Amino acid sequence: MAVELVAIGASWGGLQAIEQVLEALPPDFGAAVVVAQHRQADGGNSRLEKLLDARCTLTVCEAEDKQALGPGTVLVAPADYHLYVERGSVSLSVDAPLNFSRPSIDVLFGSAADAFGAGAAGVVLTGANADGADGLARIAARGGTAIVQDPVTAERREMPEAALAATPQACVMALADIGPLLCELAAGREQARS
Amino acid sequence: MIDDDHDDARERLEIDLLLEAIQRRYGYDFRGYALASLRRRLWHRVFAEGLRTLSGLQEQILHEPACMDRLLRDLSINVTEMFRDPSFYRALRESVFPLLRTHPFIRVWNAGCSTGEESLSLAIALREAQLLERTRIYATDINDDALQRARSGAFPLERMQRYTENYLRAGGGEAFSTYYAVEGATARFDPALVSSIVHAQHDLVTDGSFNEFHLIVCRNVMIYFGSALQEEVLQLFADSMTRFGILALGRKESIRRSRHAAEYEPLDEAEKIYRRRV
Repeated sequence: MAVELVAIGASWGGLQAIEQVLEALPPDFGAAVVVAQHRQADGGNSRLEKLLDARCTLTVCEAEDKQALGPGTVLVAPADYHLYVERGSVSLSVDAPLNFSRPSIDVLFGSAADAFGAGAAGVVLTGANADGADGLARIAARGGTAIVQDPVTAERREMPEAALAATPQACVMALADIGPLLCELAAGREQARS
Repeated sequence: MIDDDHDDARERLEIDLLLEAIQRRYGYDFRGYALASLRRRLWHRVFAEGLRTLSGLQEQILHEPACMDRLLRDLSINVTEMFRDPSFYRALRESVFPLLRTHPFIRVWNAGCSTGEESLSLAIALREAQLLERTRIYATDINDDALQRARSGAFPLERMQRYTENYLRAGGGEAFSTYYAVEGATARFDPALVSSIVHAQHDLVTDGSFNEFHLIVCRNVMIYFGSALQEEVLQLFADSMTRFGILALGRKESIRRSRHAAEYEPLDEAEKIYRRRV
């Protein structure tokens, strides 16, 4: 089964890491992409999306409630909101932060597992906490693909390590290799594995 | 919350039955809510009650009304703060208040007011614009407990530092501390402000229009609703507005995808403030 949704979670040092993964995705990338990056509320300047959008061939924008979800667009969780995926669209919530995080990677990944099952791929990148570990395990438990940045190469290794502890069978790889793997997964050429 | 024998179809069935039970027993209708966030909130309540399944939660709710109260709190109380999104209040002052000022009497509906932080912020902003005396703010919520707290006008003192920062960034013109009195660990807001607000129980899903408003503020409430229910609520708002009425949504909500989009023009697109064309 080809991967239909790629969910990426990052925290400390995440901007450059996300950028390196997204840069490798071509304009005709076949899966939808969503991102939860921990960040301070920036008064709606959407700086993160603008930086990413300038450097990626895919369109990167801050998610709006009920915005359509599909290939070609990267939707980023707005500061101070949780992001959920459903089939075909996204929803937001202002429920309390989970483990001090809003957006929470676990919330996003959990919804990805629920809505896309084996068609979901979760990617945990650099970070200094354990967010994303539960969500990634849930994606793997539903038959989806779990990918973790090699902790040795991460700016902060705590988050990848926590994800690996929760999902030991996840693919561990350097940043430069994650984008190409996602391309294979979205094209259905590489079997989901985890 | 990883269940080992997960079955999508069974979970969906359990959710449907639970929501049907709640609707028939208690009258609250959550069937049109957005599934992903609803599912998370329901499972949160399952585990908080020490239960294992959504069916178990259904039993508990049918046999113990207090459990329904707890779930209602999970489903309805939104975590908010005073002057959340300061730029929204600056936009109100610059783009909306000049329009409201043309009316001899102003009615504002704060729909889904939760525990009252937003209504009180609106009251303060209106007072500083010398509009509060001729304004009546109707603050409604589905949850009576939340309304009780809103009516008290009392909030934990520890939050005032954060609220003060928001207030100043929103362009507030006074010392924020003049608006409340300190009672131990509580900040109690000026009763004159609180009494400018009429609090009433109202369910956006099942209750109808009850007045015509010059301004409807409904921020981060409809994000919990599915698209079809959002359309129904936007119809309710259309039915509840004066000519050229103004609608303010949360900063990540948009009317663009709605079939009501053409009925509005943006007053401030970034802040999601719209004005009816007729």
